[in-house]
Amino acid sequence: MSVVAEPAEELTPQREPDPPRSKRRFNTTAFLLLLPGVLWLIVFFVVPIVQLFTVSLQSKYPGFPGYYYRDVNVGNYVTALAEFWPHFVRSLLYGGLATFFAFALAYPLAYAMAFKAGRWRNVMLICVIAPFFTSFILRTIAWRQILADDGFVASALRTLHLLPGDRITETWIAVVAGLTYNFLPFMVLPIYASLERADPKVIEAGGDLYGNGFTTFRTVTLPMSLPGVLAGTLLTFIPASGDFVNASLLGSDRSTKMVGNVIESQFFKVPGGFPVAASLSFTLMAVILVLVTLYVRRFGSEELV
Amino acid sequence: MRSRPPLDPATAALIRAARAPQRGSFSRRSLLAGGGLGAFAALAGCAPPEPPAGGVAQLDLPEDVSEQEKIVRWANWTAYLDYDEDSKSYPTLDAFEEKTGIKATYSEDVDDNDSYFNKVAPQLRAGQDIGRDIVTFTDWMANRIIQQQLAQPLDMVQMGNVAQNMLPSLKAVPFDPGRQFSVTWQSGFAGIGYNKKKVGRELKTLEDLWAEDLRGRITVLSEFRDTLGVIMLEQGVDINGDITTEQFQGAVDEVDRRISDGYIRRVKGNSYLEDLKSGNAIAGIVWSGDLFVLRAETEDDSWEFVIPESGGTMWSDNLMVPMTSTHKDNAETLIDYYYDPKVAAEVAAWVNYICPVEGAQKAMEKIDPDLAESPFIFPTEDYLSDNNIQFFAALEPEQDAEFSETWQRVVGN
Repeated sequence: MSVVAEPAEELTPQREPDPPRSKRRFNTTAFLLLLPGVLWLIVFFVVPIVQLFTVSLQSKYPGFPGYYYRDVNVGNYVTALAEFWPHFVRSLLYGGLATFFAFALAYPLAYAMAFKAGRWRNVMLICVIAPFFTSFILRTIAWRQILADDGFVASALRTLHLLPGDRITETWIAVVAGLTYNFLPFMVLPIYASLERADPKVIEAGGDLYGNGFTTFRTVTLPMSLPGVLAGTLLTFIPASGDFVNASLLGSDRSTKMVGNVIESQFFKVPGGFPVAASLSFTLMAVILVLVTLYVRRFGSEELV
Repeated sequence: MRSRPPLDPATAALIRAARAPQRGSFSRRSLLAGGGLGAFAALAGCAPPEPPAGGVAQLDLPEDVSEQEKIVRWANWTAYLDYDEDSKSYPTLDAFEEKTGIKATYSEDVDDNDSYFNKVAPQLRAGQDIGRDIVTFTDWMANRIIQQQLAQPLDMVQMGNVAQNMLPSLKAVPFDPGRQFSVTWQSGFAGIGYNKKKVGRELKTLEDLWAEDLRGRITVLSEFRDTLGVIMLEQGVDINGDITTEQFQGAVDEVDRRISDGYIRRVKGNSYLEDLKSGNAIAGIVWSGDLFVLRAETEDDSWEFVIPESGGTMWSDNLMVPMTSTHKDNAETLIDYYYDPKVAAEVAAWVNYICPVEGAQKAMEKIDPDLAESPFIFPTEDYLSDNNIQFFAALEPEQDAEFSETWQRVVGN
C-alpha cells in the first residue's frame, strides 16, 4: 500500500494549483468544438429516434384511418414480433449471406488491388466506385431486366437445366445476389484501405522467417487487414439487413419479404399502420445493435480503420 | 356536453418547466433529466381517444400565386398521357404550354392509390406543399380525400370546357356530390390482359388464367377493388351492393391459394407493365388501356385485353388539386384544356381509356375512325351491361381499413 501511496502523495502538490484553470479552459473549448456535432446529433438523431419511439407506442383512432393518439400501446411490439418474425429471420439471414458473399468476392479483389494491380490500381478503384454514379434503385431495376425470364441469363441457365424453378427473379437467390452486388463496394473499400496501408516489409519479413505464402498470409497479412474486414462487414451487414429495395424489386410477394418491406407496406399501404411500422423499425434497430455489439466484442480491435 | 379536457401531462410538464424560475444556466444533467421526465410524462399520458375534430385536418386555403408563378405540377399514373417516343415529350402538354405560357411539370408518381396517398397525406395534413398542383386518384380514394378535406374546391365557372363537355353520367357521382372537388381524367376497366402469341391461345375466363403453362407468369393488380372485384364477379358476388366480410374473404382466399400454388408471380401497382415488357409475366388481371399502350411501346400487336365472361370492374380516375397547392388557377386551366374534345381525343387515341369528354368521339373520327368505335374508349350502355361491368361499392372507412388490412396480409405485406 505504502509503495503505491507514496508517489501519489509526491505528485499531488505539484498538480494542485493547475487543475481548476486548465480544466475550465479545456471544457469551454471542447464544448465549442463539440457543439456542431452535438446539435447535429440532437436534431437528426435524438429527436427522430424519440419521435419514432413515441409513434411506436401510439394507438390508432378507431374509425379514423390515418389518425393516432398518444398511448403506451406495447401491443404494437407484440404484433411486430408475433406476426412478422419470419421477416426478421429473413432480414438477418439474407443480410448475413450477402455479407458473406460480399466478403468472399471483396477480399481477393481488394488484395489484388493493393498488391498486384500495379498501374491498373486506379482503374480498378474507379471500376469499384463508378456504379455509385448511378442511382442504386435504377441499377436494381436494371438487374430485374437482366435477370428476367426472357433475358439471356435466365435463358442460358434454362438451356443448361440449371434453373430448377424456371426463373431467377422472385427468388431468394435474386434478393441475396442483389444485396451482395449493391453493398460490395462497402466491403471492398475498407479492406483495400487497410491492406494498402500494410507495410510490405512486414509481409516480406514473414517470408524471411521461413513462412510459405499461405502461412504468411494467415499469420501476417490477414491479421493486418482485420480492421478493414470488421468495418466492411459492418458497413455491409447493417444496411443489407435493413434494405427493402432488393427484396421488393427482385424478390417475390410473400416468401422473400424482409423487415424493410413490412415497414414500407405498414407505412404506405396499411391504413393506420404507422405505429406497427415504427415498432418494427425500433425492434430491427435493437436486434442489429445487439448483434453488432456482440460481433465487435468478439472480433473487434481498438482500431476501426 | 364536451368539456375542455384536462391538460395532457406532457404539455403540463413543459409549461411548468417554462414557468419555473431559471436558476443559473442549464446543466447537461438537468436538461437530460427534464427530457427524461417529459418523455415519461408523454408515455404516461395515454388520454382516452378523442376523435380528431370530425376526422379532418382543418386547413385554410393557401394564397393562389398562379399569376406570379406560371407553373403547374401534375402527378399521374404510368402510361396515362400521350407520349412521343421520338421527341421524348408529351405532345398535348407541349401544346398546352405553348397556348397558355404555363410551364407544366408532369411526373408518373402514382403506382398505387394507397402508397401515393399515404406518402403525401402526412404532409398535406401538416399544411405542407407536396410539390404537386394536380394529383390523380381513383374514385374511392378521391372520396377519402374529400372526406378528410385535403382537396381544394374547384371553380367550375373557370372551367368552361369541363362544365360543357363532361359526360352527363359523370356529372352526378356518389364519391363527389356536385362535382366540387374532382374532375374525371379517364375511366377504365379491369379484366384479363395477355400476350396472345406467348400464351398461344385465347383467354376468356379467370379459370383460363390458372393453367399449368401459365404458372408463375401471372401478375395481378395491387388495388384490391380491381383484383378481388374481378374475382368476386366470377364467384357471383354483387360487388356494387353491400359486400360482406365472408364474400370478401372468399375472394381473398382464392388469391391466397393462387399465390401459394405459384400461379401468381407478383401483385403489383402500375409497375406490372415492366413485368409484361420483360417477359416475367405474360398474362394477368390488368387495366384496359395499358395493354394498348404496351402494343405501341413493344411494337407487338399480340397484347390483348378482354373482359372475363363473368364480368369486369370499372373505375374512374380523377384530377384533384391538393389542399396545399398554390397554383390552383393554373391547375384549373390545365384541367379545362384537357376537356377540349380535340385534345381529349388525342389523349384517348394514345391511352385507350374511357374518355370523359362529350364530343371527343366525333373528334376521334378524324384521328382514327376505328378507335371512335372502340368499346374501351367510348363504351355504350349496352356494352357495359352485356359484359357485366360493375363499379366496386363504396366502403365505409372502417370496412375499408379492415379489407385493406386483410388484403395486405395476403399479398405478403
